[in-house]
Amino acid sequence: MKRDSATDPFDLAVETGETPWALETKGMSVDYGAFRAVKDLTMGFEKRQVTAIIGPSGCGKSTALRAFNRMNDLIPGCRTEGQVLFHGADVYAPEVDPVRVRRWIGMVFQKPNPFPKSVRENILWGARINGYSGDEEELVEGSLRQAALWDEVKDKLDKSALALSGGQQQRLCIARAVAVKPEILLMDEPTSALDPISTSRIEDLLEELKARYTIIIVTHNMQQAGRVSDRTAFMLLGDLIEYAPTKELFLNPKDERTENYISGRFG
Amino acid sequence: MSAAKSRAATDARGDGSFLPNLGKRQAYGRRWAAAFAAATIAAVLVLGALVASIVNDAFGLVAMEYTVDPATLAPGGDIEKLSDAELVAALEGNLKSRRLRALGNEKPLAERERADLLALVEDEVIGWEVVETFSLAESLLGRAKVDAFMAAEHPEAKLVFRSWVNARFLGSSQSATAIDAGVRSALIGTLMTILITLATAFPIGIAAAIWLEEYAKDNRWNRFIRVNIYNLAGVPSIIYGMLGLAIFVRALEPITSGAAFGAVADPTGANGRTILSAGLTLALLVLPVIIINAQEAFRAVPRTLRESGYAVGATKWQVVWHHVLPASFDRVLTGAIVAVSRAIGETAPLVVVGASTFLTQDPTSVFSKFTTLPIQIYQWTARPQEDFHNIAAAAILVLLVLMLSLNAFAIILRNRLRAKKRFA
Repeated sequence: MKRDSATDPFDLAVETGETPWALETKGMSVDYGAFRAVKDLTMGFEKRQVTAIIGPSGCGKSTALRAFNRMNDLIPGCRTEGQVLFHGADVYAPEVDPVRVRRWIGMVFQKPNPFPKSVRENILWGARINGYSGDEEELVEGSLRQAALWDEVKDKLDKSALALSGGQQQRLCIARAVAVKPEILLMDEPTSALDPISTSRIEDLLEELKARYTIIIVTHNMQQAGRVSDRTAFMLLGDLIEYAPTKELFLNPKDERTENYISGRFG
Repeated sequence: MSAAKSRAATDARGDGSFLPNLGKRQAYGRRWAAAFAAATIAAVLVLGALVASIVNDAFGLVAMEYTVDPATLAPGGDIEKLSDAELVAALEGNLKSRRLRALGNEKPLAERERADLLALVEDEVIGWEVVETFSLAESLLGRAKVDAFMAAEHPEAKLVFRSWVNARFLGSSQSATAIDAGVRSALIGTLMTILITLATAFPIGIAAAIWLEEYAKDNRWNRFIRVNIYNLAGVPSIIYGMLGLAIFVRALEPITSGAAFGAVADPTGANGRTILSAGLTLALLVLPVIIINAQEAFRAVPRTLRESGYAVGATKWQVVWHHVLPASFDRVLTGAIVAVSRAIGETAPLVVVGASTFLTQDPTSVFSKFTTLPIQIYQWTARPQEDFHNIAAAAILVLLVLMLSLNAFAIILRNRLRAKKRFA
């Protein structure tokens, strides 16, 4: 693949990628004004795995996720300290352009938010602005197939994306995210606005997507975390309480607060 | 005692600390609703009265006298039926030889257009003159009174029903007699002025709004600018007139008069009181409103749409250009058109900038002297003659139609853009 800048730390990071983690945070804290939403988070995310972050509302899990691809930069008054290392390169280093970061670390949001354009344009826009020069039809089909949406929309590629159902829209958003060929997919409660059937389709999809992408998913649905993830992190009031392989965390939690949460005593 | 009993009945489960006064609460609400309805009715009545008074003056009976009876020129007085040669004969038979020579020196009668000849016969031979005008109400409801008055005062005059808004009114320029005067120069002046206003205020306003809403950091200086744009939107329009006079008419005179571009034949006589100055002054006036409207339109674009753009690696400009602008353009455009259609009615700043009150020539370029519809209306209303008040009412109708069609255009455009936005 042709890169417009061989010295870009992220391009180099993707190519060399010697660290064990796809993404790693070191002492990352996020403040909204005077309120510290994420406190001193240090954790790593394994390559080609699904990692879930769970916790009750307001525990800072979404804030932490949005800090990974500098989405929080868009929120006035939000500051991030510490390091976020993408294949070993600091996302927050002063010379790094956040636009570059988001190109490698894609995101799917809570509510399906396709562009008010055609299905095809939804896929192609991100690729075009990133200077994609390959075959567009191939990219559209490939991305939609990865999101298990191709068969449903192949006859309405030029129809408005807003005419699709909620679940289809969310899968279109996933297709849109993978169309720019990112390394990591961040998912911020991607099924909380969807019905159970759409939810299960997306959960199945995660299993396929992890062959190509490192996935970090935030969810307040513990069963979902149990179903889809390889590792699970439990956060509470901005602190990382426990982080372990999913089975271990659910069957044998080390911390009392984790046990209380997963057994439904609060949250 | 019985009140307490009924209370116990309706609120059986309560301990008496809640009052079941639903009837009273509903009655209270109904009184407010009635007050709101009354306010609406008052507003509608006032608007109705406004339209009625304008229409009342713009149409009605007119008593006219002539020097030469048109019936002696053509059968039934219909000079339209005369041939060109007969028209020339009518002129030669009735005008003084000096006047004929003067006309012949301008252009020989035989070579003139038919419309020109007709106008000459009307103006110079028949010489229609308005002696009395009546309002629409008098004409329709008090016809007997009008006839009696006419028989007593002007037995010779011919009574005709006249719409003061007519093709001739739209097509002719200012004149010393009301019946010959028209709004063409003012209408062209208004349209040219507003085009300049739109062409300058629209791009500048949108650009400023994009910067303030999307790029400007939220610091003290930018907050100060934002607040003061809101304040500027409330500044009386005449103050913008003073500003326009100082900047465009005086300081930038070489540019606004066109002298710097060699656009005027006689640079010594050129001054800055031109259409360009007027349009730019009105642009200053509407700029804050356009900026505020556009800012609000951008703010209404959901954050999720911007985020979805950023999430695939778009730059701020790509998000603004591809998503924020298309999603808000209908509102931006409507806001701007509505602001400009208000500016069409502005009189005070243009008086200060130096609108001409008596202009018989159409503006030919942006460096021409100018007058606009509201200026013309103001000037005609200020005259003592009744018939000028009639043409003022007619000009008001023209102005209202112009404003309403601009607003209608804005609405149609918005609906089109909205439909496009939904199914793009």
